[in-house]
Amino acid sequence: MKFALAGNPNSGKTTLFNALTGSTAHVGNWPGVTVDKRVGMYKKLGEQIEIVDLPGIYSMSPYTPEEVVSRNFMLEDKPDGIINIVDVTNLERNLYLTTQLLELDTPIIVALNMSDLLAKSGATVDIAKLEKALGVPCVEISALKGNNLQDLMKKAVAATKEKRIGWSVVKDSMITDLYNEVIGLYESTDMTDKAFHAVKMIENDELEIVHNLEIQEKVNLLKEDVDTGIFQGDYEGVVADARYKNITAHYSSALVKKENTGLSTSEKVDRVMTHRIWSIPIFLLIMFGVFHMTFSENLFYLGGLIPDSFDSAIFGSGKINSPGIILTNILGLGTGWIDGLISNALPAGTWYTGLIYNGIWGGVSAVLGFLMQILTLYFFIAILEDSGYMARVAFILDRAFRRMGLSGKAFMPLVMCFGCAIPGIMGTKTLENDAERRRTIMLTPFFSCGAKLPIWAAFGAVFAAQYSGINAEFLVFGTYIFGIAIAIIASFILKNTIVKGDTQPFIMELPTYHSPQARNITVLLWDKLKHYIKKVTTVIVGAIIVLWVLQSFNFRFEMVTDSAESIIGTIGRGISWLFVPLGFGMGENGWIFVVAAITGLIAKEMVVGTLGLFGGIEGAEGIEAGEIVGTSLGVLMLGIGGTIGGVSVAIPAMLSYMAFNLLSVPCMAAVAAAAGELNSRKHTWITIAFWMITSYLCSLVIFWLGTLIAWNPIIGISVAVALVIIIVGAIIIREKRNSRKALALL
Amino acid sequence: MEKLLKDFRPGEIGMVRNVKADGKIRRRLFDMGVTPGAEIMLRKVAPLGDPIQISLRGYELTLRKTEAETVIMEVSE
Ligand SMILES: Nc1nc2c(ncn2[C@@H]2O[C@H](COP(=O)(O)OP(=O)(O)O)[C@@H](O)[C@H]2O)c(=O)[nH]1
Repeated sequence: MKFALAGNPNSGKTTLFNALTGSTAHVGNWPGVTVDKRVGMYKKLGEQIEIVDLPGIYSMSPYTPEEVVSRNFMLEDKPDGIINIVDVTNLERNLYLTTQLLELDTPIIVALNMSDLLAKSGATVDIAKLEKALGVPCVEISALKGNNLQDLMKKAVAATKEKRIGWSVVKDSMITDLYNEVIGLYESTDMTDKAFHAVKMIENDELEIVHNLEIQEKVNLLKEDVDTGIFQGDYEGVVADARYKNITAHYSSALVKKENTGLSTSEKVDRVMTHRIWSIPIFLLIMFGVFHMTFSENLFYLGGLIPDSFDSAIFGSGKINSPGIILTNILGLGTGWIDGLISNALPAGTWYTGLIYNGIWGGVSAVLGFLMQILTLYFFIAILEDSGYMARVAFILDRAFRRMGLSGKAFMPLVMCFGCAIPGIMGTKTLENDAERRRTIMLTPFFSCGAKLPIWAAFGAVFAAQYSGINAEFLVFGTYIFGIAIAIIASFILKNTIVKGDTQPFIMELPTYHSPQARNITVLLWDKLKHYIKKVTTVIVGAIIVLWVLQSFNFRFEMVTDSAESIIGTIGRGISWLFVPLGFGMGENGWIFVVAAITGLIAKEMVVGTLGLFGGIEGAEGIEAGEIVGTSLGVLMLGIGGTIGGVSVAIPAMLSYMAFNLLSVPCMAAVAAAAGELNSRKHTWITIAFWMITSYLCSLVIFWLGTLIAWNPIIGISVAVALVIIIVGAIIIREKRNSRKALALL
Repeated sequence: MEKLLKDFRPGEIGMVRNVKADGKIRRRLFDMGVTPGAEIMLRKVAPLGDPIQISLRGYELTLRKTEAETVIMEVSE
């Protein structure tokens, strides 16, 4: 037996699905689109009941992939029954979808969720009245508390035993006659769900029309005699109006509210969180808190209070680490232990030791190195999401994001990219518009991810030790800011050039605040973790093995001792001239940096390791940035870029190198994720090309500007300032022109 | 008196008279309950001046001013 679970977003669908199916759920994709499909089993009634979680929708209109997926499933896959979950505290809007589901011939049961909240507010719902008006069974439940779920499922099973014929509220509306005639036209066919099809036909629904062109002709003739009043022939409007009128007339009275006593808690919270002045500082503070808890090694800046003698491999030394770092340390102890086991078990110097230890295990442990930080970041973001705050963030930021051709909803996926671009790219699912989603995906590398941090840290440590003017922390922080600045500029350029596209409407529900639920968050984290591990183990580990082969063998497939002779070394030397204009390809060791950058395109966690490999340090990816100073690797890094006219250009070349690593293709796993979300080979290639071109151009500019500044600070800085003015000016002028055009259109 | 939803002040209440948007946006507004006869209160304007938050049919909805411009409201003086 198979049930579909349908309902509005925020109605508690996920909570109910998790409560019913427990650990049996598995996540997949609906064919052809990137909408999640979740299927699970309900086992408590003895028989096997399959539950398919449809995406949360407000309507069965043909416009969003979620709506089309749900619709096709109900019409074609024909579940035995539909469980329509309804937020009883928000009955009016939720029943709008119910009036559409009632048009299907499938048995339906309405689950009135959040009944605990209703009871708390002192309101009651008249079930008998509601059942009579809807003609289907209704059950009050609390998905969160688990109340009445068994009752719901029993009644759902019972409902499937009776045959049901769909009906529409349109039968009592301003177009009653038209509806009856159209239903008549469908009577002569052998189609099921006649009421549904008839209403869709009246609405001029594009998916309905293509299948029934003859009926459409007749309906168009019938419509000529109908007066639709203020709707002036807009039948979608007429039908929507009929639904809401019907709901207000029949069902609203089933809800008995207590006299309204002032503001609800949610409204009070919202007053502060989206306050005209305070909302932005609060938002910045929350985001700072999230990052602090995830990445900081000095939690709450308590370092000064902690005695230097405090020294723990897990909690930090002389200061306390943030939860993100503590978890990373714990996992690090585990991987360190496994590392020892593997290296002891394998004989040194054989090819398979290289493959297993340096190749496979090296890749896995590099990924595990920042897994915990990603999870911690995800954890906090999931709390913000589940509580309802993320919708407010979109509300607060939309204006700013919209100027860049993005929507406020792009904030969450982009913030995830500071952890890892892959969940960020997967998170763009929530963006409705294709152009917006494409633009957002193209910006993802610019938000420096966890795998890139070791690169910044290594260069920061080495250069700060050599040059008194450089501060390592400032350099790392600056890289993050630089990435954000490039993302802003790039988004302006994208929306005016290669990914044009209408700005999408922004019409979004602001759900009531809820205290976040441990169960929802664990399920979400577990889902993400599984997804992530799958991606990582397939793509990253595969890529790292390929890389190991490229580093260990030459073109005749003989194992080499000097990596310079390897396939990738040969290629690197062959193409390093391409990177001479960027500075870091210059000098006798230029090719090494090129090779490391290329391995970075496959997986960024490999960059430092590759530099170490050629710089004479095994396992450089595992050591602390500070320990690189003074080693042969450190010397190699300081020599980046060589000299021009006898003067070292190490600093501009280093900056150019960092920019290149930051802005170029993040890793093969991210490319695979992007290809999955873009769902188009062409757009995937455009995205890759955009990353490569952006990184090349930015590095080029940085290197030559930096060299100019080193040669003559006054001229160099003037040119830099002029460049910034030109870019900002061009954006402002363009924006002015765009808004004038928009005005002219109105 | 007729007034556009875009021009509402926080706390102002009115009734939808008609929605002038086209196609997908119109349908979306209807689906979310912005239909003729619905009572709407402008709850607040976002800190940067756009979008706006409205309260209707017992829930909270946010939309941009460009969309609110298409919603014609009836207000009592
Ligand atoms: N009080 C209460 N909260 C609930 C109930 N069901 C869900 N929630 C909360 O409502 C919010 C939205 O639920 P979720 O399952 O994510 O909704 P979805 O968007 O429909 O999947 C979450 O914060 C849940 O914890 C319920 O029966 N009672």
